[in-house]
Amino acid sequence: MKSSDDSWTEIIKPKRGWLDINLQEIWRYRDLIILFVRRDFVSIYKQTILGPLWLFIQPLFTTFIFYFVFNQIAKISTEGVDPILFYLSGITLWNYFSDCFSKTSNTFVANASIFGKVYFPRLTTPISIVISNLIKLGIQVILFVMIAFYQVTFNNASININSSILMLPLLILLMAIMGLGMGILFSALTTKYRDLSFLLTFGIQLLMYATPIIYPLSFTSGKLHQVLSYNPITPIIENFRYSFFGIGTFDLVGLIYSTIFSISVLFIGILFFNKVENKFMDTV
Amino acid sequence: MQVIKVENLFKQYQLGQVSTGTISHDLNRWFHKIRGKEDPYEIITGENAREEKGTSNYIWALKDINFDVKQGEVLGIIGRNGAGKSTLLKILSKVTAPTKGTIKIRGRIASLLEVGTGFHPELTGRENIFLNGAILGMTKSEIRSKFDEIVAFSGVEKYIDTPVKRYSSGMYVRLAFAVAAHLEPEILIVDEVLAVGDAEFQKKCLGKMKDVSNQGRTVIFVSHNLVAVKSLCQRGILMERGGIAFMGSADETVEHYMKVNAAQLNPSISFEYPVDALGNELIKLKTVSVEPTNPFITDEISIHFSFWNFSEDPSIFLAFDLIDLHEEVVFGSGFKIDKGIDNLCHATCTIPGDLMNDGVYSIELYFNTSDMRLLLSLPSTVSFEIADKERSYAYFGKINGAVRPKLHWNIKPQ
Repeated sequence: MKSSDDSWTEIIKPKRGWLDINLQEIWRYRDLIILFVRRDFVSIYKQTILGPLWLFIQPLFTTFIFYFVFNQIAKISTEGVDPILFYLSGITLWNYFSDCFSKTSNTFVANASIFGKVYFPRLTTPISIVISNLIKLGIQVILFVMIAFYQVTFNNASININSSILMLPLLILLMAIMGLGMGILFSALTTKYRDLSFLLTFGIQLLMYATPIIYPLSFTSGKLHQVLSYNPITPIIENFRYSFFGIGTFDLVGLIYSTIFSISVLFIGILFFNKVENKFMDTV
Repeated sequence: MQVIKVENLFKQYQLGQVSTGTISHDLNRWFHKIRGKEDPYEIITGENAREEKGTSNYIWALKDINFDVKQGEVLGIIGRNGAGKSTLLKILSKVTAPTKGTIKIRGRIASLLEVGTGFHPELTGRENIFLNGAILGMTKSEIRSKFDEIVAFSGVEKYIDTPVKRYSSGMYVRLAFAVAAHLEPEILIVDEVLAVGDAEFQKKCLGKMKDVSNQGRTVIFVSHNLVAVKSLCQRGILMERGGIAFMGSADETVEHYMKVNAAQLNPSISFEYPVDALGNELIKLKTVSVEPTNPFITDEISIHFSFWNFSEDPSIFLAFDLIDLHEEVVFGSGFKIDKGIDNLCHATCTIPGDLMNDGVYSIELYFNTSDMRLLLSLPSTVSFEIADKERSYAYFGKINGAVRPKLHWNIKPQ
């Protein structure tokens, strides 16, 4: 009989080290991630009448509301950019971040029944959420391009696309990483401290107003301007508007700051998520 | 070769509201930890005994479990509800982590703990096969290569492109099981799946389990069904209060479990003198005893009665009701018994073998005068269990009915 310790394929131990992260396993489960994405996409709109049209309706309606409230009534400047396009671009990008954040933040609680029965790498769930939202973003970007085309052709709106538009994939990646990182960090903490989930709902709402979505960063000044610059999402939004509308300046320092922030928050998120992963069934 | 080795496994659970006071507990824990002291909540952990109200909020659901499983073995785990079986399986299938101890595993583990996990009602049968398969650890190409087999096994070919929410519950379970059954893991965990589905489907499940073990793969089978454990398993583990109470061959383990259970039954009652005995001034009970004390369904069962008749009536009409666990009277029977020496009366009633269904029964007594005036009734004097026997066919579930007579069947060609 052979029982040398190294021939065991798996050893189940009580506690997991902080750095005991098995990324290879996630790669092995990549088919599951794809199927989760498919499931989310197919199931969400299956019973609705308008189906995927909702993907268009949501940002369009929000844009109109913002247009009337912030542009027509509050008269907040959009730095000469067509207000419809200004708001739609901000909402589209912001929604991606906030969806990634809020939908991954209840990973454990929302999936408790399935996690309680079968083991698979738990990170597959939030990763699949980020990817299915990416598809949603892709569709909404198409909408944005169509509206932009319409506004330019019929309403004399001016856009000024420059070469920095090539950075767009990076900007989206940064938001995905940030949303995922913050989301899984929250999901790990909410398994123990449920109060956090209440904080999160309006926290994200407040965060939107602390991000230049409905106003350009240049609209602010002094201390407020400085505080808003610390928001790691600010450079992403600002850089996108620079590359598409040509307003503001290309902010490399801000982008580097956002990148460092995103990667750090993802790293911390993974650490906490990993730590909670194999114990949470007892506390949920 | 060992495929599973469980060493000093412990699992602690917190009872009651988990969320209250966890921040303060965490801080306290941390404070003890930095001073190099033991976890303050581990010391006060009570043992896994639900009947007794523990003093602490933490219990050990598993306590010092040690065993190993060899390749190709079919291991049965039995025990009462709350004995720790499910907790052990959850740790084995990595759903939750142990508090102390380790489990070493060789090969892939798949569990039929809950079939259909991750099924989405809006998706079609086809889509769910892929999704469920992937959740259980298969790759897309693995599923694709077994897809036809899975569909054939489930018997829902016609509805494979219908959302599963339109399925009957039977179809749903069959499809879910079909996916799980085609996992081909090195180690398969089966937990009470026999409880679902019809007899034909059960047969398929058990057949699959046998296939798996015949292919030299390992099966861990957790069940309340002692007959199935006896027929399918080679080795058995009896769990009690979070620990292993007995480990041995499947037959020995089941026998041990039945003995433990039987100890809680009371198959005879006996009094030496009328003064201590149950009854009234007219009738005093001397003995009621069941023989054999642990009968099987095939055994003839004798019930011995003796009592003192102090009434003026020279004979007593003794009747008894046989009552099952649901407090239903299965049948009643009675006989006229004449007074003997010292007012003592004796009688024995025989229940033929192959008549009763398996289960726990108690006996209620009625003493009447010969003109049927009730003198005394004694509820549930004795209790005993009639155990099921191994069966040659593949259905191991409880057979319906208050009785289970062996009847004569005549088969002749038309």
